[in-house]
Amino acid sequence: MGPYILKRIFLMIPVLLGITILSFGVMKLAPGDPTSILTDLNPNMNKEAVERIRAHYGLDQPSYVQYFKWLKNMLVLDFGRSFASDNRPVIDKIVERIPITLLINVLSMILILIVAIPLGVMSAVKQNSLFDKGTTVFVFIGFAIPTFWLALLLMILFGVKLDWLPISGFRSLDYPSLSFFEKIFDVSKHLILPIFVSAFGGLAGMSRYMRSNMLEVIRQDYITTARAKGLDERTVIFKHALRNALLPVITLLGLSVPGLIGGSVIFETIFAIPGMGQLFYQAVMMRDYPTVMGILVIGAVLTLLGNLLADVMYSWADPRIRVSG
Amino acid sequence: MDSIYGDFFRRLARNKLAMVGLSVVVILCLVAIFADRLAPYSPTMIDTSKILVEPSWEHPMGTDILGRDVLSRIIHGAGVSLSVGFVAVGISTLIGVVLGAVAGYYSGMVDRVIMRFVDIMLCFPTFFLILAVIAFLQPSIWNIMIVIGVTSWMNVTRLVRAEFLSLRERDFVLAAISQGASDLRVIFAHILPNAMAPVLVAATLGVAAAVLVESSLSFLGLGVQPPNPSWGNMLTEGKDNIEIAWWLSLFPGLAIFITVMGYNLLGEGIRDILDPRLRQ
Repeated sequence: MGPYILKRIFLMIPVLLGITILSFGVMKLAPGDPTSILTDLNPNMNKEAVERIRAHYGLDQPSYVQYFKWLKNMLVLDFGRSFASDNRPVIDKIVERIPITLLINVLSMILILIVAIPLGVMSAVKQNSLFDKGTTVFVFIGFAIPTFWLALLLMILFGVKLDWLPISGFRSLDYPSLSFFEKIFDVSKHLILPIFVSAFGGLAGMSRYMRSNMLEVIRQDYITTARAKGLDERTVIFKHALRNALLPVITLLGLSVPGLIGGSVIFETIFAIPGMGQLFYQAVMMRDYPTVMGILVIGAVLTLLGNLLADVMYSWADPRIRVSG
Repeated sequence: MDSIYGDFFRRLARNKLAMVGLSVVVILCLVAIFADRLAPYSPTMIDTSKILVEPSWEHPMGTDILGRDVLSRIIHGAGVSLSVGFVAVGISTLIGVVLGAVAGYYSGMVDRVIMRFVDIMLCFPTFFLILAVIAFLQPSIWNIMIVIGVTSWMNVTRLVRAEFLSLRERDFVLAAISQGASDLRVIFAHILPNAMAPVLVAATLGVAAAVLVESSLSFLGLGVQPPNPSWGNMLTEGKDNIEIAWWLSLFPGLAIFITVMGYNLLGEGIRDILDPRLRQ
């Protein structure tokens, strides 16, 4: 187990370097340079001042020098200061936003798993039944529905027409005056719609994937063996088949991390939730380059870590991988 | 070759879901082409006497905050969505096919470099990458097409590479090589036509994905800019008036949903037809 994990971590290094090179390349796409937003519209700027600012940010040096400087700063998590009016270090702004984004993503992943696995298993076991067909229709709807539209419809229904749930923010204005349990209730009420919306697309994909895994496993010889030795169908399905069909789900969970993180831009913006996605959107709208770059790199690194975690869990769950991989 | 294509279309005609998808796609293309004649009103005509009118016979989908006819704007939005979808998929398919073919045909070092590049691209949350690039460029319909295209080719590369790895060893390829055909000829004239099936499926599903991304970007105000109608930026108005005008949120989203559903059904249908393992 130890050597396997070490090997995986070692293999991450070139990918990490690639991530930084690509991000740096994206930054170089900007017409002019990142400081022009500070200097272009400022009437007090003269040529020397512009040069001084460029030198301050190291922009007068060749690209590769700038890259290594940027990389060196990033190793100590220094992404520079935000161009926004608060002028705070980018890393602070990101770190205070990450927990809420992770919370929503983890909760929606759990929701995806507890709904999609039974759904996929049932429709595989009863292949071509009415239940299976109904699930397939649901899956196609899930694939085609734009997340932000679903969010709007649910906001109209539950927020405006029925007035059951709040439609923005993640806590009420009177939050500080609430008791502990009221606080939990308040936050949950705010998070129901965002979590449901962010889980919906993944639900469709996961239940479909689970169904095809299960169909594949049911056809294997060891399932026939289990049935032949007289085990009841329950044990065959839930003990022998399900365990094997669940294995690839671990990988899919790892692969769905970038989609979930990317999707957080949309639903955090719609529901006005102060997470990393909303920060990213605001940074993009304000052309706050240091923040955009910081989140881009951190988003990619989180994905890489998600994949690593999935690999490690897979090798823990399936000894065959450790031996051959 | 004729019989193979004939067979393909016969199977396609028998696949009900694929035919539904194909009909949706064809109707949408016609709507986009004849938008000017089909739309009952001008999509940009402002009528201050008819602000936020509920759906009625005169305005089947109501009017928006500036009194513009929602149905006419949706009809004109079809062209935007479809052209972004087609151009973006064209770009991503071209990149994907070329890189996948090179990686699969030459293998070795070239293959390793290309596939590592794919790994790196897959690490970025695609939507972050797209937004970051848009932040550094300017949001315009051309930039969006290009950005969606250059951030969505990885899947095609993997598919084409896998096909090339297996086809490369086949007798007809060895025959072509031994007759002295150039690498280019072997790749494009001999192997590629046999590797196109999964590309066709990926491209069809890719149009659906691109339509979704375009509408999300326009919804966030980083895509097609008003007053040009796009289903995404119409939904922004829907959100701004969510408490008073449900029709502004319902209909543009329905248009996106039907379009994406159409391409998905068609793509899945083609996959069923082309994948021999699923044949009965």
